[in-house]
Amino acid sequence: MFRLSQHPTIDTASKLVAVSIAMFAFVFVVMVPLYNVLCDALGINGKTSDEAYIAISTEVDVSRAITVQFVTSNNNEMPWGFKPSVPMMTVNPGAANDTVFLAANGTNEAMVAQAIPSISPSRAAEYFHKTECFCFNQQPLDANSSTQMPLQFIVDQALPRDIKTITLSYTLFDVTGMVADKKVAAR
Amino acid sequence: MGAHHGPAKGMSRWLLTTNHKDIGTMYLWFSFAMFILGGAFAMVIRAELFQPGMQLVEPGFFNQMTTLHGLVMVFGAIMPSFVGLANWMIPMMIGAPDMALPRMNNWSFWILPPSFLMLASTLFMEGGAPAFGWTFYAPLSTTYAPPSVTFFIFAIHILGVSSIMGSINIIATVMNMRAPGMSYMKMPLFVWTWLITAFLLVAVMPVLAGAVTMMLMDIHFGTSFFSAAGGGDPVLFQHVFWFFGHPEVYIIILPAFGVVSQIIPAFSRKPLFGYASMVYATASIALLSFIVWAHHMYTVGMPVAGELFFMYATMLIAVPTGVKVFNWITTMWRGALSFETPMLFCLGFLVLFTLGGFTGLMLSIAPADFQYHDTYFVVAHFHYVMVAGAVFSMTAAVYYWIPKWTGRMYSESMGRIHFWVSFIGFNIAFFPQHFVGLAGMPRRIPDYSLQFADFNMMSSIGAFIYGASQLLFLYNVIVTIVAGEKVGEDKIWDGAEGLEWTVPCPAPYHTFEVPPKIDAVSAHA
Repeated sequence: MFRLSQHPTIDTASKLVAVSIAMFAFVFVVMVPLYNVLCDALGINGKTSDEAYIAISTEVDVSRAITVQFVTSNNNEMPWGFKPSVPMMTVNPGAANDTVFLAANGTNEAMVAQAIPSISPSRAAEYFHKTECFCFNQQPLDANSSTQMPLQFIVDQALPRDIKTITLSYTLFDVTGMVADKKVAAR
Repeated sequence: MGAHHGPAKGMSRWLLTTNHKDIGTMYLWFSFAMFILGGAFAMVIRAELFQPGMQLVEPGFFNQMTTLHGLVMVFGAIMPSFVGLANWMIPMMIGAPDMALPRMNNWSFWILPPSFLMLASTLFMEGGAPAFGWTFYAPLSTTYAPPSVTFFIFAIHILGVSSIMGSINIIATVMNMRAPGMSYMKMPLFVWTWLITAFLLVAVMPVLAGAVTMMLMDIHFGTSFFSAAGGGDPVLFQHVFWFFGHPEVYIIILPAFGVVSQIIPAFSRKPLFGYASMVYATASIALLSFIVWAHHMYTVGMPVAGELFFMYATMLIAVPTGVKVFNWITTMWRGALSFETPMLFCLGFLVLFTLGGFTGLMLSIAPADFQYHDTYFVVAHFHYVMVAGAVFSMTAAVYYWIPKWTGRMYSESMGRIHFWVSFIGFNIAFFPQHFVGLAGMPRRIPDYSLQFADFNMMSSIGAFIYGASQLLFLYNVIVTIVAGEKVGEDKIWDGAEGLEWTVPCPAPYHTFEVPPKIDAVSAHA
């Protein structure tokens, strides 16, 4: 058997030290990436893709209508005004839809925001495609100014028939102090 | 000091010692001090909950108490107490002269007191001690944490290193230092359970260190492991924490199983029933502990397939645990039973731990857990397995082996009073918590609805009784050490088996410098 030392005790101890270092590394190099990969791949946890969706089919399923609700909230003490322009839309699966969200920075400082989306029910996440979303990038806004942030989405034709309502929730985070322009590993 | 002399004199004996018995003694006293400290925190909690409304402390301080009570009891009292027991007993049980790595043994003990000093000192810092619960979920423990969280993180790092070193030492001792003829399947079950526990520790303490390191980086170095704003996810914290946390609960309970498996046969005057199945059951529990962690987080929004997997895997653990419980009962069947204090505590363990196991099965049912989650039902459950499981068996171990350690007999009548006061106090304290939990009383809240008032007052009274009974225990131990009746024979309990009963009482400073001969009698059965 593989030995790290001629002395049996030192051999056992060295192997165990190696195991504990490996387990420490396991957290960072396996658990964290694996978690993100699994959440993305399985569409669980309400996470949507962080890449813009390239529409494949243009066939629209007019036989059913899906209600898409928009919910916004501000994280912690984020002072911006943040709301959807319409509270809900009725859409057909396969059709491209446009809407805008309204953001207002009422403070006297320029700030940067990041919106994090979540889909409920989480089963619907993999069928909700965003072809364009303000959440793909950080949103800078000057002091005392407001903006309209676009969202373009398609509900997949393959959406399970028992899902009739999808809620898209955005939480707006203040990321002014954080590293700018880092590609956010989300949604 | 040479190997063949007695202990050095004065403080340097304790500071510089590499003797497994000295180090075991220090671990035991340290863990008892932490038990009293953590108990004092619990008394504050129960005093506040004595009546509804805000009575004694601020809600923020109440949260600090629940947090520190959990941390101190798990990492300061229960874990070091079993490490102390392992230090004292494993070399004597396998016929080894000492632990395999005696200098590291000294170090792994002596970094513990500074770690807990640092943790306790956070109470006096600006912003107060950590107040986010012993499970320190992010973002409570990152974004919303008091500044003292950094000290908490460092304390966890140090005690983690201590545990890992202690475990490496135990594994190295058991694998390399057994007396000739002491094959693995002849080892006493306490040694077996500790060997498996030590492997669990080496595997999961680094995961805990990883979790707190990620917290540290999120707080101070601008990473976003647990912050959604930067692309992280707070739910990830729960996965990492419980990947450590679930094996951790078996780390706490497996050595307790080992103790009970030594004591019940001794007072039944029969060999342990199903020795081999006990070993395999222990190993199965340890392996299963790695695939059930998410049963602590059914309510985070997992897919149904995930809930079902973790539910069935959790229920599966009841099988090897049941094997153990039935083996203990069968060991007693038709035995010549006697009910000295160690046996009483083991029987208390058996009854109450089984009750805690049943409530664990209730909690494992995913749809039902949505009702029980974060209520006092959970508090009742884990106190039945932690206190009546680990602490009762640890107490049994002290009564069982203290004549061997000190050469003096404890007061049997005081021991029995301690047992009955503990047993009754414990049940008055924790049984009503099942009812208020099922009725919806949330845990970690300093105030509650009026309908829970009677049961909470009962629970507080029981907790005070249980707490006071531990002072009786301390008194009994001190009286034993200074004035206990000297014992003459090596084997104090007529039904006891094992190598530790072949050395004199008190055990000499050095034992088994010449390896003992292992025959059928001195082995486990």
